[in-house]
Amino acid sequence: MKSVGQALPHDSATRHVRGAANYVDDLPEPPGTVHVAPGAANAGRGLIRSLDLSAVRSFPGVLAVLEAADVPGRNDCSPAAGDDPILAEDEIRFPGDVVFAVVAETRDIARRAARLARIDIESCSPRVSVDDALAVGSDLLPSYGFERGDAAAAVAAAPHRLEGRLRIGGQDHFYLEGQAALAVPGEDDEIRVLSSTQHPTEVQGLVAAMLDIPDAAVVCECRRMGGAFGGKESQAAQWACLAALAARAVGRPAKVRLDRDDDMAMTGKRHDFRADYRCGLDASGILTGVEIDLAARVGCSADLSMGVCDRALFHADNAYHYPAATIRSRRLRTDTVSNTAFRGFGGPQGMIVAERMMDEAAIRLGLDPLAVRKRNLYGPGRDTTHYGQTIEEHVLADIVGALEESSGYASRREEAARFNARGGPLRKGIALTPVKFGIAYTLLPLNQAGALVHVFLDGSVQVNHGGTEMGQGLYVKVAQVVAEELGVDTDRVRVTATRTDKVPNTPATAASSGSDLNGMAARRAARKIRRRLAEVAGRRFGVQPERIRFENGEVGPASGEARHGETMPFAQAASVAFTERVSLSATGFFRTPKIGWNRDERSGRPFLYFACGAACSEVTVDTDTGEIRLDRVDILHDAGRSLNPAIDMGQIEGGFIQGLGWLTSEELVFDEAGRVLTHAPSTYKIPTCSDVPADFQVEFYQPGRNLERTIHRSKAVGEPPLMLALSVFSAITHAVASLAPGRVPPLDAPATPEAILRAADAIRRRSPAPACAVEAAAAG
Amino acid sequence: MLYHDVLGDGRSRIAVRYAAPMRDAVRFVRRGQVVSLDGFAPTETLLDYLRLRERSTGTKEGCAEGDCGACTVAVGRLRDERIVYEPANSCIQLLGSLDGAEVVAVEDLAPSPDDLHPVQQALVDCHGSQCGFCTPGFVMTLFALYHANESPDRAAVNDWLAGNLCRCTGYRPIADAALASCGGAPRDDFARNAARSAALLETLDDGEDLFTGGDEAFFAAPASEDGLAELCARHPDAVIVAGATDVGLWITKELRDLSKIIHTGRVPSLRTVREQDDHVELGAAATYAEAEAALGGIDPDVAEVLRRFGSKQVRAVGTVGGNIANGSPIGDMPPVLIALGASIELRLGARRRTLPLEEFFIDYGVQDRTPGELLTRIRIPRLGRDERFRSYKISKRYDQDISSVLGAFRFALAGGRIVSATMAWGGMAATPKRSPRTEQAVTGLDLKTDAIRRVAEQSVRKALAQDLSPIDDHRASAHYRLRVAGALVLKALDEIAGRASGETRVRGHRDAAA
Repeated sequence: MKSVGQALPHDSATRHVRGAANYVDDLPEPPGTVHVAPGAANAGRGLIRSLDLSAVRSFPGVLAVLEAADVPGRNDCSPAAGDDPILAEDEIRFPGDVVFAVVAETRDIARRAARLARIDIESCSPRVSVDDALAVGSDLLPSYGFERGDAAAAVAAAPHRLEGRLRIGGQDHFYLEGQAALAVPGEDDEIRVLSSTQHPTEVQGLVAAMLDIPDAAVVCECRRMGGAFGGKESQAAQWACLAALAARAVGRPAKVRLDRDDDMAMTGKRHDFRADYRCGLDASGILTGVEIDLAARVGCSADLSMGVCDRALFHADNAYHYPAATIRSRRLRTDTVSNTAFRGFGGPQGMIVAERMMDEAAIRLGLDPLAVRKRNLYGPGRDTTHYGQTIEEHVLADIVGALEESSGYASRREEAARFNARGGPLRKGIALTPVKFGIAYTLLPLNQAGALVHVFLDGSVQVNHGGTEMGQGLYVKVAQVVAEELGVDTDRVRVTATRTDKVPNTPATAASSGSDLNGMAARRAARKIRRRLAEVAGRRFGVQPERIRFENGEVGPASGEARHGETMPFAQAASVAFTERVSLSATGFFRTPKIGWNRDERSGRPFLYFACGAACSEVTVDTDTGEIRLDRVDILHDAGRSLNPAIDMGQIEGGFIQGLGWLTSEELVFDEAGRVLTHAPSTYKIPTCSDVPADFQVEFYQPGRNLERTIHRSKAVGEPPLMLALSVFSAITHAVASLAPGRVPPLDAPATPEAILRAADAIRRRSPAPACAVEAAAAG
Repeated sequence: MLYHDVLGDGRSRIAVRYAAPMRDAVRFVRRGQVVSLDGFAPTETLLDYLRLRERSTGTKEGCAEGDCGACTVAVGRLRDERIVYEPANSCIQLLGSLDGAEVVAVEDLAPSPDDLHPVQQALVDCHGSQCGFCTPGFVMTLFALYHANESPDRAAVNDWLAGNLCRCTGYRPIADAALASCGGAPRDDFARNAARSAALLETLDDGEDLFTGGDEAFFAAPASEDGLAELCARHPDAVIVAGATDVGLWITKELRDLSKIIHTGRVPSLRTVREQDDHVELGAAATYAEAEAALGGIDPDVAEVLRRFGSKQVRAVGTVGGNIANGSPIGDMPPVLIALGASIELRLGARRRTLPLEEFFIDYGVQDRTPGELLTRIRIPRLGRDERFRSYKISKRYDQDISSVLGAFRFALAGGRIVSATMAWGGMAATPKRSPRTEQAVTGLDLKTDAIRRVAEQSVRKALAQDLSPIDDHRASAHYRLRVAGALVLKALDEIAGRASGETRVRGHRDAAA
């Protein structure tokens, strides 16, 4: 029996469908639980002139109203920089900044009371957009970048030069479970916080600092999240802190669950970017030099923006070799919600620029965009990235070639061209784009993990690790790894809720690293116990411990041993160990080898390996209205030796569709005060079932196998598939470009109907003949 | 109990006139038992009842506005003596509106702790859950589909699932689960117990007026049109509610204290759908689900707007009447109905009047309806033999989105020419709006002319710019709206001149040129 590699269902699948999987708000409330609602001014950035909370306090059922002055310790919920007050002090930084929190007998009362505050804000004129911030030079973090060779000279000397600007929209996480936390006071200063968080250790530390108590007095626990996608990496902390603060204030358990509109107004999103690029090409479309300036809307605080913007720089090549490159990034302060981690962590915003350059090169030179892409791919001899890491594994040419074949790219491209030649408002576009995504945290200390494995006397197993379950199937993958190690059925292994008192000092579950790190740590813990059990069994069977096998729930001598064939059940081995006073519990610890990036010196190896894939998408665009139809998508993705193909397939498909939303229908609109106007699913449109192409073929790249010694040679699969959706954006670009061959549609992301029509009109207007005449002739 | 028992004097005289047998508790069925409730807040939602009172926390709140479907439950009602389950968004479903219904939530489906319902099993088998938070809602929509006795194809599954958002899976495995488990006659415990459940619901169908609360705060659901009209007239400050798909948000988002709520859903004569030779007549409380076949029969484009209108959950409770009476500038039905030449009947007490629908909308938030007046009927003429209809809904997302532009056009033809045109627009003004200059501009056009688009383009765009001045908002800019409006008129001209919709639209194709 093998556990690893099996397409097992999610560990909670049965509970999910029964409605029996509990999220924070579903747990039975401890007696006396009170409810907390945040209060905000909903005005643009400015000084708090006056704050009148009397009507809030006197509202029946209100128990306490908390302000910054009520924080006993440190008033901060930032991941590092110390610039995110839990409750605003003298000024509000953006319209959703939390000024006070109402503690009441019911959630309804708390929400109603929170609206009765009279907050007078002396607003300045807020800087809302990237352009606003650039205009006044408002940088929140120092600029950073990479330089390789003399890119400007290379561009200047190139036979063809391209120059353009691309605006790249942000994205709301729209996890279905909004932010939530429940804090339960214990004895003395102790407190237990149940939080929907990707980062229990950080929540623990922030709560402790806020209450001015030791970390050791705080336990943070997370059994599961109803989706996170990066949105609960740093953004869960404020609500956990408010729950803990309320619990401390009234001495009762306290719960926070944000209303969807509050959640979307108060928590950070994917960074939107403005990218300005110039590049030089030879006649065959091969890049000779690249200059890219990335300007990111960071928002009102640092949050995780340094890492996000750095990853955009690291990924501004996507999969292409830049012989000379100058790539710079500015991190701009705006008076808007602080942007944060989101699946891809800046990578997608860098990669789309590379893909735009490929499309533009193809359109301008009249080449097949796939041919241009293939010519620019990294390969032997052109394998050094702009940050100096050498690409060691060249799977992309193979992946792209295989997908080109299986998708019928060439004939479908001709067919699309024929369709477009008929004229008319509908246009087809097809594009095949690669993804190469670096795996590892570029901040070295985060590349570590711990695990704890217990074997019980009945042979059942518990595993706990620092990773959190947000739907990505980490728990079942780690259970498979442990089951494999102990030779038992995966059903015998239970993963318990992530808790800071079981496995401490963990990084966030992020950067696609969950199973790489925690799978390895759990395997090490399980392996320790297996070694001990092997010694016990070895004595019993009279063989060397290393000649003991653990298979099919049985323990016994390996083949070739005299007593091969005799076994004892795993449970019996456990009880024998107990009677022999051998420990059945072990910890495991893992740190990623080989990597180390020195940011100041811009040297070292930021990534252990790259996760790769490619997608081919075909769209039909109505160039009268900008509406699109996604006709077909083919994906070939490298998950290495998949730990669980069913789970990994879900990550690939789900990531692609989430990327599709980011690049098409999901549009964040802010007003001049910096308010998010699209703060609910009525106005913010994530994909629905009908947006998924009926013809959607997804395959694993065979023979996937990680060259690095990762857990069972698997590859990280959480984030990379999101960027497969860049193929849709490119396909739309080519469909629109057919209106005026040789002209590059200035299409911005997201490609909403309006953005598409704008791009179409821009190239139509420059056409020698009015487009309608062409259409009309075709119609006649 | 009679009205005058609960209402103050001075009004009792009128009340007595229509006094019918009355009940002061709402009754619905949960897990085979009748639940009888009084003294609840008129604004209490079904979701709060499930999560806070029953502590049945399997049903989730994702958005509290009926857009994500995480809170979906199945509501069973008697139709022609059979029990029919429809998905509903419990977050904005008023508890009182469930009178006479069976409520099925996710915990109720599995026949035993060791077994799953077929739709649950299919979701597990197809790996249809990841984070699992949206899953209970999908389970319940699939449960309703399982009982719909359809054999759905993928397109039908898409329609059924349009009201359930999933952020993790990319939907493919969920659609697969639907295709694997739904089709043919249902064979679960609910099907086996259908006769008993129907009998139980029948006992609740007492025809009595429901009035729970007092003079200052109540939830009322009269069972007769007279009783309803009377109560509305007596409480002109009450909120008249049908499906609450908008009013629900006043409660969950605006936290409005709606103390008096009058629900229209229990009046049989207002839920009728009459299909006549030359028109369709809807009772104002007929739901979209009840009306969609008849309305869609008028023209395939009407059917397409209805298919994309809200979601199954919204259409199960939302009413055409509500979409009109609410006066929202973003309603999709008013422009469609105006283009079709619909008229409405209003009733204040015993007094009835009719007017063209178009005249009902006066300004933003202002309609030709006096307080206490009730919308009772909608009359929609069918298309004449020489009439052509086209409507187009433009939105950021194809399904379950509010239109940035909705254009609906009716053309009368004679001898291959347009002899008159009626054009109505949504999203282009503070109210549904006609475009008289543009109608004029296309009148007289010869459809046999080659390249009709080119011929008409300049005059149409010029006229539209005079007819309509849309605004910028988060859905679209004014420029885009006007630009697209012109494109839609030209598209319609192209189509009625004979161009196949496969060449003019990315979706919503019509079978043949008509």
